[in-house]
Amino acid sequence: MSENPALEAIESEVKSNDVVLFMKGTPVFPQCGFSAAVVQVLNHIGVKFKGVNVLEDDGIRQGIKEYSNWPTIPQLYVKGEFLGGCDIIREMFETGELMEELSTKGVDVQIQA
Amino acid sequence: MSVEDTIRRKLTEAFQPERLDVENESHLHHGHHGSPQTGESHFRVLVAADAFDGVNRVERQRKIYAVLAEELDGPVHALALTALTPAEAVRRNL
Repeated sequence: MSENPALEAIESEVKSNDVVLFMKGTPVFPQCGFSAAVVQVLNHIGVKFKGVNVLEDDGIRQGIKEYSNWPTIPQLYVKGEFLGGCDIIREMFETGELMEELSTKGVDVQIQA
Repeated sequence: MSVEDTIRRKLTEAFQPERLDVENESHLHHGHHGSPQTGESHFRVLVAADAFDGVNRVERQRKIYAVLAEELDGPVHALALTALTPAEAVRRNL
């Protein structure tokens, strides 16, 4: 375990939620186009997820970059595993891999009309 | 040297890409919340290189982020990435 409390807080979010999005803003009011794009994809495929607003906590904002060795936000975690940022999630959605991956991991998905 | 040129030079040296597009999209974000008004903050990059053969998506982007770490720590506020093998780029008609 790390001595950085932010990393512990991140670890706990990632482990205790099936789908977590570290983002700028909230799922209802994203404050960045890239975060908004991922929220839109997740809503479209009907996935329940927890949004963590990194703008509310600078420790988490910096820590999340270290946590996954990934310097940008948003970051999507599924069942404890880092899946990708905006480019990857969008691409996986377009190819159909995202739904497949989520289903394989036991996350409910349902395309919204 | 402009940020765009630096990105181009570093990626060329690191990956010897078959195809490299670097697009400065900063003007699209001028005035957005948190956007530094430098005109060199938002970029869209496509790299097609053999170096990505057999490398998964997350690792491909990590490689690019590593090469551009200094820029991401400094002037670059957002970087949209597409990292492909040359064959994938052809298949997608890119």
